[in-house]
Amino acid sequence: MAHASKTLRLRLYVAGGAPNSVRAIANLAAICKEHLQSAFKLEIIDVLQFPLRALADGVLVTPHLTKLSPSPATKIVGNLSDRGRVLDALGIRK
Amino acid sequence: MTVVAPQPLPKIATGIAGFDEISYGGLPRQRTTLLKGGPGSGKTVFALQCLVNAVRKRKERGIFVAFEETTGQLLANAGTFNWGLPAMMKKKLFFLDARLSPEVVQSGEFDLSGMLAMLKAKKEELGAGWIVFDGIDVLLTLLRDPAAEMREIYRIRDWLAENGMSAIITAKTEGGLSDAVNYDFMQFMVDCVVRLNRRLEHGVSLHRLQITKYRGSDFMAGEFPLAFDATGMDVAPPEPAEIRHPASTERISAGFERLDKMLGGGLFRGSSTLITGLPGTSKTTLAGKFAEAACRRGERTLFVSFDEGADPIVRNLASVDIQFRRHLKSGLLRMYSARTESTGPEDHLAKVKALIRDHSPRCVVIDPISAIAKAGAVEAARAVASRLIYMLKDRGITVFLTAINQGDDPAAEATDLQVSTIADTWIHLSYLIRSGERNRALTIIKSRGTWHSNQVRELVLSSGGPVLADVYTAGGEVLMGTLRWEKEDEERGKTLQRRAEFDHKRRELQISEADTHARIKGLEHDLERQRAELALYSSDNEARIVSSSEREKELRRIRSADPAKRNGSNGSRK
Repeated sequence: MAHASKTLRLRLYVAGGAPNSVRAIANLAAICKEHLQSAFKLEIIDVLQFPLRALADGVLVTPHLTKLSPSPATKIVGNLSDRGRVLDALGIRK
Repeated sequence: MTVVAPQPLPKIATGIAGFDEISYGGLPRQRTTLLKGGPGSGKTVFALQCLVNAVRKRKERGIFVAFEETTGQLLANAGTFNWGLPAMMKKKLFFLDARLSPEVVQSGEFDLSGMLAMLKAKKEELGAGWIVFDGIDVLLTLLRDPAAEMREIYRIRDWLAENGMSAIITAKTEGGLSDAVNYDFMQFMVDCVVRLNRRLEHGVSLHRLQITKYRGSDFMAGEFPLAFDATGMDVAPPEPAEIRHPASTERISAGFERLDKMLGGGLFRGSSTLITGLPGTSKTTLAGKFAEAACRRGERTLFVSFDEGADPIVRNLASVDIQFRRHLKSGLLRMYSARTESTGPEDHLAKVKALIRDHSPRCVVIDPISAIAKAGAVEAARAVASRLIYMLKDRGITVFLTAINQGDDPAAEATDLQVSTIADTWIHLSYLIRSGERNRALTIIKSRGTWHSNQVRELVLSSGGPVLADVYTAGGEVLMGTLRWEKEDEERGKTLQRRAEFDHKRRELQISEADTHARIKGLEHDLERQRAELALYSSDNEARIVSSSEREKELRRIRSADPAKRNGSNGSRK
């Protein structure tokens, strides 16, 4: 089911250079590289720069990853070090 | 007693009745306060009330970050208070629903730097000076790492210091999920720690508040009772150790003349009177009489009844000619009825306090005060009863309290609420059962600072009102009811007999007096007659003497006797 038939749209909220945020970016990059090739769109938002937008988006803690499409929308918090849970949540594992 | 220390810390009044007193001014400004306590101990209410008061009284703005409850739940809970929270939420208060939804997947460690950045933006947008982190433990536990928890707590502390906000952090410490370790650390980090505690005592929940730490400031040590009413939380500050009630010498009526006489002229203004007795001994009637008399004097009166509605009381009292309706109508009299089941004594006290603030009565009836201990929390009820009485005394309010005691021994009351030791006057009502009758007896057990009757009186209820009647003792037994009536009848009979006897005697005396008079008259008659006779006799004799000398002259003249001769003879005879 996890084919490139539909583009995966992701949005990652980070808090500037906070260690967990830096780690999340690295972890997500690795996951995408290994599992998604090029069939995805990732937007990274720095909460320190756009705090009110993040608030409106329902972000609480950082790092915060949202899968916008395909549905269902899912939310993952944390530095994404538990790769298995990330893959499950994004629905990209067999 | 602690003494008010010089204040190196600027404080902000919380507006929570009693708390600003025990903290000598409120919470530290631009510092952090930790509220800790078990579930349902009132942490959220305390924090919310601080925010609401800041908005209302100082036109401040605030942020409330809720980690445990949704905004909807919070609003529903706060809806029981008259704070008008929904209106404030538009512009003055910002609520952040900070519960991490269970649908959110967690993968690895997270932190609060993003959230704090958002809150800072919100703070600047709103101009907020206050922030509450409610239930922070709920979020921190998700980190599942004590070191990470500590790091986040530090992060919050630094953030608060940078932003110069006055903050309240609440955390569950007892019965919560978290281990106490980090919260000990949190106590070290904050400037003020307030411990809230709720415990069940015989099925009644009792709330307590204690300040355990206040950096750079003194505070009143000890646990203080906490109550909730429509205005929010109310902390009962300790009674001042020194008792300073002004002692009035003004006497006011206890309701009826006979009782006033027994009390040496009435009750002292501002005094407290306790009426004890078994159910049905007319305690409420006496209290009603007192309240009615107060209204008649034009004094504002509050009648608090427990476990009986105001309506039945008004109806029942009307049957003994105690009329409340017009005083209720005119607003002089205010009645409040409450159930005591499962409601803590503190809440009753808070309610009565609020009523007193609202109605400002000069006379108060609490019927029965013993009901506040009914739910079982005797110790708390005892403290409440004495605080209530002292509070009334401080305000110079005259109070009538009734108490139901177990058994007919008035001393049984002493083991219960111990009001009798505080009350100035103690009237006991009891039953006397004799000859198939149950009659009510009234005794004044004590009345401070005044002469009072030591005699037992019978309390008789009639449609004309309660009346006190003398009782008789016969052969060492107190007579009441029919026996008293018989005795009174007997006394009446005896009086009549005595009167008849007296009348009889008087008549006898009158007769003999008349007789004597008659005899005196008779004797006077005799006397008169004898006098007359005597007079008659004397004049007759004189006449005879006169006539005999006349006759001799005449004789001489006829005989032409020589008077000289006669004179000579007389002279010769000389």
